[in-house]
Amino acid sequence: MASAALDSLPAPLRSLRLKTKQQELLVRVSALALIYVLAFVIRLFSVLRYESMIHEFDPYFNYRTTLFLSEHGFSEFWNWFDSESWYPLGRVVGGTLFPGLMVTAALLHRLLRALSLAVHIREVCVLTAPFFAANTTLVAYAFGREIWDSGAGLVAAALIAVCPGYISRSVAGSYDNEGVAIFALLLTFYLFVRAVNTGSLAWALASAFGYFYMVSAWGGYVFIINLLPLYVLVLLITGRYSQRLYVAYNCMYVLGMLLAMQIRFVGFQHVQSGEHMAAMGVFFLLQVFFFLDWVKYLLNDTRLFKSFLRITLTCVITVGTLALGIGTASGYISPWTGRFYSLLDPTYAKDHIPIIASVSEHQPTAWSSFMFDFHILLFLFPAGLYFCFKRLSDATIFVVMYGLTSMYFAGVMVRLILVAAPAVCLISAIAASATIKNLTTLIRTKSKSPQTVSAKATGSKAAAKGAVDQSLPFQQNAAIVLLLGAFYLLSRYAVHCTWVTSEAYSSPSIVLAARGHNGGRVIFDDYREAYYWLRQNTPPDAKIMSWWDYGYQITAMGNRTVIVDNNTWNNTHIATVGRAMSSYEDEAYEIMQSLDVNYVLVVFGGVTGYSSDDINKFLWMVRIGGGVFPVIKEPDYLVNGEYRVDKGASPKMLNCLMYKLCYYRFGELTTEYGKPPGYDRVRGVEIGNKDIKLEYLEEAFTTSNWIVRIYKVKPPKNRS
Amino acid sequence: MAAPRHLAAVLVVLVLFPAALLASADEGGPRGRRVLVLVDDLAVRSSHSAFFASLQGRGLDLDFRLADDPKLSLHRYGQYLYDGLVLFAPSTPRFGGSVDQNAVLEFIDAGHDLILAADSSASDLIRGIATECGVDFDEDPEAMVIDHINYAATDAEGDHTLIAGDDLIQSDVILGSKKIEAPVLFRGIGHMVNPSNSLVLKVLSASPSAYSANPKTKLASPPSLTGSAISLVSVMQARNNARVLVSGSIDLFSNRFLKSGVQKAGSKIRHEKSGNEQFVTETSKWVFHERGHLKAVNVKHNKVGETNEPGMYRINDDLEYSVEIYEWSGTSWKPYVADDVQVQFYMMSPYVLKTLSTDKKGVYSASFKVPDVYGVFQFKVEYQRLGYTGLSLSKQIPVRPYRHNEYERFITSAYPYYAASFSTMGAFFIFSFVYLYHK
Repeated sequence: MASAALDSLPAPLRSLRLKTKQQELLVRVSALALIYVLAFVIRLFSVLRYESMIHEFDPYFNYRTTLFLSEHGFSEFWNWFDSESWYPLGRVVGGTLFPGLMVTAALLHRLLRALSLAVHIREVCVLTAPFFAANTTLVAYAFGREIWDSGAGLVAAALIAVCPGYISRSVAGSYDNEGVAIFALLLTFYLFVRAVNTGSLAWALASAFGYFYMVSAWGGYVFIINLLPLYVLVLLITGRYSQRLYVAYNCMYVLGMLLAMQIRFVGFQHVQSGEHMAAMGVFFLLQVFFFLDWVKYLLNDTRLFKSFLRITLTCVITVGTLALGIGTASGYISPWTGRFYSLLDPTYAKDHIPIIASVSEHQPTAWSSFMFDFHILLFLFPAGLYFCFKRLSDATIFVVMYGLTSMYFAGVMVRLILVAAPAVCLISAIAASATIKNLTTLIRTKSKSPQTVSAKATGSKAAAKGAVDQSLPFQQNAAIVLLLGAFYLLSRYAVHCTWVTSEAYSSPSIVLAARGHNGGRVIFDDYREAYYWLRQNTPPDAKIMSWWDYGYQITAMGNRTVIVDNNTWNNTHIATVGRAMSSYEDEAYEIMQSLDVNYVLVVFGGVTGYSSDDINKFLWMVRIGGGVFPVIKEPDYLVNGEYRVDKGASPKMLNCLMYKLCYYRFGELTTEYGKPPGYDRVRGVEIGNKDIKLEYLEEAFTTSNWIVRIYKVKPPKNRS
Repeated sequence: MAAPRHLAAVLVVLVLFPAALLASADEGGPRGRRVLVLVDDLAVRSSHSAFFASLQGRGLDLDFRLADDPKLSLHRYGQYLYDGLVLFAPSTPRFGGSVDQNAVLEFIDAGHDLILAADSSASDLIRGIATECGVDFDEDPEAMVIDHINYAATDAEGDHTLIAGDDLIQSDVILGSKKIEAPVLFRGIGHMVNPSNSLVLKVLSASPSAYSANPKTKLASPPSLTGSAISLVSVMQARNNARVLVSGSIDLFSNRFLKSGVQKAGSKIRHEKSGNEQFVTETSKWVFHERGHLKAVNVKHNKVGETNEPGMYRINDDLEYSVEIYEWSGTSWKPYVADDVQVQFYMMSPYVLKTLSTDKKGVYSASFKVPDVYGVFQFKVEYQRLGYTGLSLSKQIPVRPYRHNEYERFITSAYPYYAASFSTMGAFFIFSFVYLYHK
């Protein structure tokens, strides 16, 4: 139709008419540009709903370090010893973080300043994740084109731009490592696949640098360093070994390893830790393979080669096993860490490491959250796998392996849905793109009437279609119906993603929103109220004790020293805090004195109905404390295996520090009409101990909705 | 123009006056000299005049008031009017004005001193204050301390409630360096120190043969307080260094006891004068901080060879720590000399514990190496000695690990690796050159 309009134009203008190729390019580029903008814009719901602020817990640490980096420069940042967290142990921040995110944000900030755009570093931090999510769509497009065709690439870009599984960790304000790491992850994979496809040293080098960026950004790089050797191994076994693979893997591994060692937090792990040994083993295996190939070529005698093969293999396996055995036995190679085990075996953390199991995002994934995060992609994924198997190549093998392994991990841990999201989008894109292309081909061959909508969706690649081999009755009509169905599903996907983003994933979790009686939005800004109170009303060297979840926020927003924080590197220290919280007040007082604690902060949701409060987390404190200090026993806090806070609760529960601090003077308050005073709206019960007296602490501050309560630790009594 | 100048002058005076007061307080002793004396009968003023005269002779400014004076107040506009309190009103049921038990306790908690004397008529109010200071008087209101063996000989035919006590605490700081030779006369009620209170000390204990009971009736049941568990006079030094003296006998301070001679029953020696005068003078000196008050000033620490105090140390740094400690002698601050002052370099437990050496002029110093552990440390001096005010200084200082460029470079054992890498690079270059251009 557009071409018809152009035909009627006068000659000079007609020369502006685009050729089909150019038209296709234009459509592709503009679609990609729109997707880019879409990916950025959909993540801004949180800014519109609330304000330009940093979300959740870890991002506050990242923000604080970025601020430090931009103020003091890289050298100071690299050597930063933070005496304000983990009192009195302190934390060598420079050596215990992945600096990629902070450096990226600081560079972006500097770039903007150089362009005379006077923005605050906070705005840069808030928008870093959406910016990188937008960049991820470009990588997804290139990746899709590499493994299938540019149509699939476009669909992949569109799917990943709005995929809720990815959006959940990359909305504006979610300033966390994952925000840039998914970009780096996908980029590394794309460059590696490209290197394998071309056999080019340059692409392999690029992929090594992509890997370096990934290592600098997120601990999830371990996934790459294990998936790539697995992929190489599969190619070797299936007889797909090639010089291209040899070049790509060796270059990527050697350079990537050397580069990764430059990150202080990673250090020598690539040669010393059990998690990285697979990559090294495959590296040596490839050399042996190459050597054998060469000998085979020289020998030209199958019998001789077979005996040679036997001898070499025996030697190699013996040497390899010996090296691994000696390395492990001598402690040079560290065994797998608990986190790694818990990934392979979902029940491991529950039995052995309560501190990992206590984090909600480390729980096994529920079916509903798969549905919530992937929607129709869950159905497209198997279809895509089918298409991949139908057209097997080095690239599709890779994406299939990526998809399958990451789906397994996504099932083990909720937060790893994020890692699976790009793979699921890519594979689903193959399914969607291939299906739509097949259908449009059917329609076009029969009717010759162009389907403009489909042409746009598949990027007019449909023009270059193959012949249709058979014709069935009603085939065309069926194709149209199916096509409409596909578009319906895709549009539902778009609607679902927008809804999920605006309703579920844009909450900063530091500001809470609820619906009031009359339907209006009620905002609970208690966290910030409490942290600003700390900042303005406590001495600058005051030490605050709280459960570790709030550590980063207290240091970043309250600017006060904390005992433990979200960097859970020292289990004993956390257990000490857990013990204090679950002890009687006098025992807790001794612990707090030994840690020089001045204030205790608890989070309490009984008034507002905010369910992720400290009383609900309390059993984890007991478990973690009991893991190190056996005087704390979980059954003491339960009644017949049941956790309760009402009159039937166990006496230890009713008198432990956490209970007292949460429910102090709560018995005087009527929370809900028609309920007795002291009615806890989260637990839905009337509390069991309404007459709480504090001997060693005094209430210092309680926020307007009682969500955060701060207590001051009294000095020892003057006269006794 | 004159008015503003006038105003300015007034302002200057107003500003300078408190400053001058503060300065004089600084140069002077650790405590001010204003003492409120509460009596339940103005006769006490004359019957105990010798004791009051000794206080006044030492420069204390005594303000005598009746305990039920309706205008009584310890503070005005948030400022305490007195620095010390002498409670010689054992029987008063309640104080006048705004003063009550809590006011007295707050007075102590604000760092002021108290001498409290009771007798057999002690009211609940006085008992309550004593209890809050870790001293529990015998609950029987009729009870007195009776000792049938160590009584004063002048009381031979009486009920043996006049006790000649000589079981004094061994402390030169509390009782002065001159030994009290004569026994101390005591007639009054006994008390027990609260075993859970670690701050209270028995200064004058009863003998093992003493017990607390009503002297006028027969003993119906075993007395609740017996033997040397009975304390006659106790002192308590609170954590904020406020000092409290509790005596079960107000007569102990009286002119009669101060002047009278004493002979202990069964003893041949007759002292012309009882030990009371020396005892009350020396203990009151201690209570009003004329002795045994230490102050620590000029806490300094720095790296060896530097003078500035750093904000942070590095592991394995050598550092110097010094503090000046002075003792109030009653008239001036004198250097305190001891060989047992220790400093801790502390993070949850002491990593370094070092005895400070002194130059006998008040400066204590030590130098040591920061341990090979990073974290937030504290310099801690916890100096608690019998009778002296407690010194507890702590100063927080972070210790950081090495920076990335502070490690040693080019260590000898690494030379083979340097050689290996450079020779490999060279060989590779030659190999490439030959491989590419050979032919």
